[in-house]
Amino acid sequence: MSERLHEKLEILADAAKYDVSCSSSGSKRKNHNKGLGEATGSGICHTYTEDGRCVSLLKILLTNHCIFDCAYCVTRKSNDIKRAAFTVQEVVDLTMNFYRRNYIEGLFLSSGIFKNADYTMERLVSVAKKLRTENKFNGYIHLKTIPGASDELMHEAGLWADRLSVNIEIPTESGLKLLAPDKNIKDMIEPMTYLKKEIIRTKEESKIFKSAPLFAPAGQSTQMIIGASGESDKDIMHTANKFYKGFNLKRVYYSGYVPISNDNRLPELGSAVPVLRENRLYQTDWLMRFYGFHVQELLNDQFPNLDPEIDPKLSWALRNMAFFPVDVNTADLQLILRVPGIGVQSAQKIVGARRFNKLGWDHLKKIGIALNRAKYFITCNSPITDRKDYTEAKIRQFILNESRSKFLTNGGQQYNLFG
Amino acid sequence: MEASSIIFSDKPVNVSYDGTWYGLLTAVFEAYSKKWNVSGFSTINHESQSDFFAEKVIVVTDEAKAQRVWLGLKKKVPKENCIQLYRCYLSEMPGMEFAIFSCIKFYFSGFDSPHLAYGNADVLKISQTSKMVYREKHRMEAFVRFQRTADDLYYAGIEPDFNVIPLLSQHFAERYADQNWLIYDIKRKYGIYYDQDKVEEITLNFSNETGEKTAVKDVFHDSETLYQELWKNYFKNVNIPSRRNIKLHVQHVPKRYWKHLIEKK
Repeated sequence: MSERLHEKLEILADAAKYDVSCSSSGSKRKNHNKGLGEATGSGICHTYTEDGRCVSLLKILLTNHCIFDCAYCVTRKSNDIKRAAFTVQEVVDLTMNFYRRNYIEGLFLSSGIFKNADYTMERLVSVAKKLRTENKFNGYIHLKTIPGASDELMHEAGLWADRLSVNIEIPTESGLKLLAPDKNIKDMIEPMTYLKKEIIRTKEESKIFKSAPLFAPAGQSTQMIIGASGESDKDIMHTANKFYKGFNLKRVYYSGYVPISNDNRLPELGSAVPVLRENRLYQTDWLMRFYGFHVQELLNDQFPNLDPEIDPKLSWALRNMAFFPVDVNTADLQLILRVPGIGVQSAQKIVGARRFNKLGWDHLKKIGIALNRAKYFITCNSPITDRKDYTEAKIRQFILNESRSKFLTNGGQQYNLFG
Repeated sequence: MEASSIIFSDKPVNVSYDGTWYGLLTAVFEAYSKKWNVSGFSTINHESQSDFFAEKVIVVTDEAKAQRVWLGLKKKVPKENCIQLYRCYLSEMPGMEFAIFSCIKFYFSGFDSPHLAYGNADVLKISQTSKMVYREKHRMEAFVRFQRTADDLYYAGIEPDFNVIPLLSQHFAERYADQNWLIYDIKRKYGIYYDQDKVEEITLNFSNETGEKTAVKDVFHDSETLYQELWKNYFKNVNIPSRRNIKLHVQHVPKRYWKHLIEKK
């Protein structure tokens, strides 16, 4: 019996791993009933896979039987693979026992679509409900919402889960039509719209009634596959921006396409996973969310794709040299945040520390900023050493010579430097 | 020599305390209020090496004095910055007591929001060391692997770089409220035990160095092996080989922690 369980876990963990979200943060579920677990903090990565990704949740499919035939998906109907399905109780037992041993923060449950959307969604909901009610489980639960499921089921999902997500997968409508003929945008947007409304409504309610039940306290997220449908970085990030702004999404994830079939609509088997591009997209996402950049500043018709060689902040700075130099001893936080090599925490430290004494290179270095990049863009209380009137191209060259991207040195999967 | 009998305030003083947090705060209280010219700190029982010329003064731990320092600090800087000092104490790094003392002195020196003075060497050191200890605490929250014994105790052995056990009680007590658990620092030979009511500090008497293994491993719960195997299997199957990046993997899960991680054993 344990052999079959092992086999199921192999199949259904393997099929779920292309969903990159592993976040277990942003909720506020306390262990209020002296049960098991809580989901209040910033989330914990309990281990990391050999590809360097965080493992914080038991991420599995309930089943990989699926009636859809999306070209990019390993679980697609036409793919000749082993199929399996967990029972509700099996998922509950795995979750409880992994959690008790401090292996995981909770459960991330997704599923292939079997029979129809509602039937599938109902099963997912019943796992979450069983964990919450019969097992007093207060750990993190992330449920995938199945496109086209009814509002009633979505509502119930929100009552038991911390986070809900629908993966948009393909950032353009034309790409979706080509690669996922069974799916349509409307079925994906509708549940997001419904959840957004419900999340706002229940938040308002909880301000009035302290005892109002939690509803998806960690919000919703989505994922896009990168490099499967010929989309530009601009397509991706402008779509992401729409989701952040229009649906209050907590996170948008970018997942470099891992070739899994010989379908001629897709990159062929054996082609490299675009990990560098994925990294640049996440950097852009961060600049939008934490650094006050507007997506239009980073990607527009003139610059539809990110520079693979340098990070998007440096790239923006080099295109906008008129902003610089910034005087770290007087400039607003918002301006300091725009300097390449200065992160959010360092920027805040600078603003705090400069009240006591004027900051020089030494202070800045100790605070932890990356001077090799920042020095071209700032002035401080030390003599100018490295900021002559360098041209944009010269600065770029200096910085590139000093630092080799980890993606370029690490096997050089994507860019052959001398080729 | 007794603390009260110091006469010359400019003579270098090595302050000897009992090694506890309250002891250190008492030492800070005495040194600050009596304006000692502190050259260093040492713990009673441990000979200090370098302070050959300093006069050694033994400070007797006094909870009331310690509290006065602690409450005074809370008025000067945010709570987080007070806790930072405690974390630095738990780092057990040589010379850390002196940095804590200097930093507290600076916090009391009358500046507005002194904790933001990252240009000050002591403030920066405290902030950075505290970060290291916090990171270790966070790692332990991640890397503790409980093993269920036949009598339903969830046991985990750890060997953290810093003495982070005192920082772990709250997290684990809140999270694992409905199971008995024990987290044991094998290196420092003490641990915390939770009985579904309260957390207690305990020490175990193993008959020999490898005793830990024989004491616990023979008494596993029937289901323990199954779930360990399932976990290992899960860990193997969530990996995407075409994205392999061992450098990043080891950066996140440093090798020194592997021996207590089921999935890395």
